Amino acid sequence: MARLERPITRRQSLWLLAAAITAFTPLAQHMPLWLSAFAGTAFAWRAWLTLRGGRLPARWLLVLMVAAGSAGVFIEYRSLFGRTPGIALLLIFLSLKLMELRAPRDAVVTVLLCYFLILGQFLFTQTIPTALLTCTAVILTTAALLAANNDRPSIRQQLRHAGSLLLQALPLMLLLFLLFPRITGPLWGMPEDRRSAVSGLTDTMAPGSIAQVSQSDAVAFRVAFKSAPPAQASLYWRGLVMPDFDGRAWRVRETREAYTKPPYSQQPSEQPSPENKPVDYELTLEPHGKRWLFALESPLILPAESALTRDYQLLAHQPIRTRQRYALSSSPAIKKGLADPVDVLRASLALPANSNPRTRALAAGWRKQHGTGNGADAAIVKTAEDFFNRQLLSYTLNPPLAGQHSVDEFLFDSKRGFCEHFASAFAFALRAAGVPARVVAGYQGGEVNPVDGYLVVRQYDAHAWTEVWLAKQGWVRIDPTAIAAPRRIDSNLASAIPATDTPPFLMREQMPWLKALRYRLDAVNNGWNQWVLGYDPQRQRDFLQRFGLDPDWRNMTALLATLCGLALLILTFWVLRQREKMDPAHRAWRRFTRKLAKRGVVWQAWEGPDTFAARATQKLPGQAEKIHAIARCYANLRYARHASYADTPPNDGIAQSHGVAHRKTLANGLTRLNQLINEL
Amino acid sequence: MPQEKHRSRRRPLRLLNHWLRGLRQRGHERFVRWALRVPTPEPVPITLVQRRVYVLPTRVGLAFGLALVSIFLGAVNYNLSLGHALVFWLAGLGLVSILHTFRNLVQLTINPGRCAPVFAGETACFDLLLTNTRRDARTHLLLSANDLPPIDMDIPPHSTSTARIALPTNQRGWMKLPRITIETTWPLGLVRAWSYVAPAMQCLVYPAPAKTAPPLPFSGATAQGARHTGQGADDFAGLRGHQRSDPPRHVAWKAAARQDNGKLQTKLFSGESAQELWLDWEAAPANLTTEQRIACMTRWLLDADAAGMRWGLRLPTLRLAPAQGAAHRATGLQALALYALPGVVPSKTTPGPPKKSHGAT
Repeated sequence: MARLERPITRRQSLWLLAAAITAFTPLAQHMPLWLSAFAGTAFAWRAWLTLRGGRLPARWLLVLMVAAGSAGVFIEYRSLFGRTPGIALLLIFLSLKLMELRAPRDAVVTVLLCYFLILGQFLFTQTIPTALLTCTAVILTTAALLAANNDRPSIRQQLRHAGSLLLQALPLMLLLFLLFPRITGPLWGMPEDRRSAVSGLTDTMAPGSIAQVSQSDAVAFRVAFKSAPPAQASLYWRGLVMPDFDGRAWRVRETREAYTKPPYSQQPSEQPSPENKPVDYELTLEPHGKRWLFALESPLILPAESALTRDYQLLAHQPIRTRQRYALSSSPAIKKGLADPVDVLRASLALPANSNPRTRALAAGWRKQHGTGNGADAAIVKTAEDFFNRQLLSYTLNPPLAGQHSVDEFLFDSKRGFCEHFASAFAFALRAAGVPARVVAGYQGGEVNPVDGYLVVRQYDAHAWTEVWLAKQGWVRIDPTAIAAPRRIDSNLASAIPATDTPPFLMREQMPWLKALRYRLDAVNNGWNQWVLGYDPQRQRDFLQRFGLDPDWRNMTALLATLCGLALLILTFWVLRQREKMDPAHRAWRRFTRKLAKRGVVWQAWEGPDTFAARATQKLPGQAEKIHAIARCYANLRYARHASYADTPPNDGIAQSHGVAHRKTLANGLTRLNQLINEL
Repeated sequence: MPQEKHRSRRRPLRLLNHWLRGLRQRGHERFVRWALRVPTPEPVPITLVQRRVYVLPTRVGLAFGLALVSIFLGAVNYNLSLGHALVFWLAGLGLVSILHTFRNLVQLTINPGRCAPVFAGETACFDLLLTNTRRDARTHLLLSANDLPPIDMDIPPHSTSTARIALPTNQRGWMKLPRITIETTWPLGLVRAWSYVAPAMQCLVYPAPAKTAPPLPFSGATAQGARHTGQGADDFAGLRGHQRSDPPRHVAWKAAARQDNGKLQTKLFSGESAQELWLDWEAAPANLTTEQRIACMTRWLLDADAAGMRWGLRLPTLRLAPAQGAAHRATGLQALALYALPGVVPSKTTPGPPKKSHGAT
């Protein structure tokens, strides 16, 4: 293989620099400051060297800098592997590779590093703006690769060329994206990075913690219902179950997976009615870094890779670090926990000693009143609800700070609280009365986006309620907040809190057009999440089945190969279509020579028209006149002074004025030539 | 000692390497023979049709593929949908670039062009006319022969460019144009498309003139006017610009001394047309080998021609009547170039017809 070793030119290094900068810029915010400064300095240095001219730094200096940078990365992340340290290392390599651009090979390495960095960016964000930015970076990097092979074209030509190549690659990309058999990652264990805290529910509920979550309008999850969504008031997205109470905060107790299949089942005896008809839906959960999943009560089938704990928390095997989608079917009428073990129930009665004496006294009174007979527990629950109703508790985002006896203070003194106060107080009171009760946290409600029909549940829909265990009914959901603020449950948070409280931004009354725009944007984002980012093996199967195809990987590969081949074939025809753009006069001449060849006069390539005509007339004296006329006509068309016609660009400035007249005479000449040949 | 050990341990490796290289070369030769399965000499014009253009990834292309595999694994491992999109896009780019590289070469038309005779030791220049009938330019076509550094060509749309293949010569006679490899990796350098062509072209290589030679063989019988010249200066007729082949005796040294620019001039003598000289094979010193003799005669021929004499050439197998002029000179030189060559065929059609004048010397 012959190779030309050309040194890297100034233009080429500028191209590579530009590619490196576009690949790096979106990453800057995710990298530690010193590293961004390191890369920025390297780029600026390189630009200065290129523009001002100067010697590239010596190799030992580069080696030293690589070592220093790697040490820095290790100190920063305590590791050289994993995603963020890996990208940090790539960035160091790229910025120093730019310092030793000497041979074409270095240019190629730089380009490949840029492609890697572009991938690295997706580890942090995969939004639509990121994708658009990435397109720019890919075009620029490809243009840099083009420039490394041929640096003569201008910037615009180079970019256009890169764009056209990438545009031609686009159909192949779409086919591969849709049909390439997807594998579910991860392929190997990934060293986990320290993650910044994600807003959302935590496994502890102290007074004020849910109110804090409610300040965020980040999306918690989105739900697509297969049929009409259930009533707003019944949308309780059950998540964490908190049976442990220490006098101030409620905590999750069970993290062990107990059931891989739901221990309850739909009672077949019951008539199907709107109340107990299963609700089918698909839930797309945003990553929250914890294991719990959210579902309507009570899931009939568990999502893959998940299980139920003894208190029916739905837990994934692994923390949710990426957006997850799972299909669910929930039946609201299921009784669960009818046969719960005694220790679970006993744990749901435990109370810390010496806390909230007033509430204890009150609850002891309820028990005395109703006794311990059949139905006594249910009656106590009823009494407690009545009590909450009578106390005229008010629902607010800004409750006063709780002291030592938080339940007492809430029920008898301040009477102002958020859902966690209500749930905590209610569960405490029932426990004090001897009824097993626990706090459940999750989300309640959600907002249907009219554009795509998805129900969007945001952090401000976070909610806490209670579950009470009653004989023959099992665990029954009771939401004490609904007693004081029914609008919170029927509509949303903003309509339930007093006007003096500030609701989260997205909940405020907004101008209609702004709201419409928001819905639209959210729908676009969701579409992107569902169909582009969430295009996983399951989606792929659904997609293929929609076209009546068997989603087997062999079929998929065959289909992929066929379609890719077809696309390439079309592309090949398109690319090679100008087999030979012969000029029409030449084509006519060829026709003429073929005709004469049949009569025994073979044209030789070196013969001019007149020479050939002379030779031909010797053999075919009868046609002499015509042959000479044809030769004359052809010679005129080809060699007379209007040579520009064959390759005049149609919209050339000068040719425009001349062109019309010219083209007319030429066209006339051609017609005549063709006529003459026909007559021959 | 440890070094010794090291070396001995590496010997089998080197042997293996050597053997592999030999295998590769033989394989390559066989491939080339198969690839060039065209009638020889190839009829011109040669068009590089689809089936004689080969495409394989380059090292860069392999590195690109490896990078794509790593990107793909990363995308799978971290469930990056856009990572999938990126890797598929780049894979598409790679596939598309195969087409474009192929297209950059395919349907190129090659015609043999001029090939002027040269003296042995000089560089033979074979001109190939590359015609691009397309609306788009062809970029960075590399032409190479015999592993020499390639020439890099761009051919604008609808036009013909001349590629000049320069090859060193060391032997008189006909020099065949070796097989030419035309290749390109444009636009992305990921794949290499190449083709072999072997147009029937040969260059006439004149013998190298001897640096030192005995004086021109004036003989009494034939050199009627030569005596004139031999003695010379009486019929001095004028000066003309010096040419390298002019005999030093005719340099106007005095005139050169007078001139500042140091340009040499050659003295012309009147009655040159009358001078006639036989360059006889037998006239050369007897102690010379055939090649040396040919070199000597070449020197004589050039000197006589430069002096403007009428000269004739007498070789054991050939006799050239005295004449003068560029065509005569070319005929004479060709005769010397081809004299007593093993297996020489009498020249049929010479690409650079010797009738035309070549002022190469």
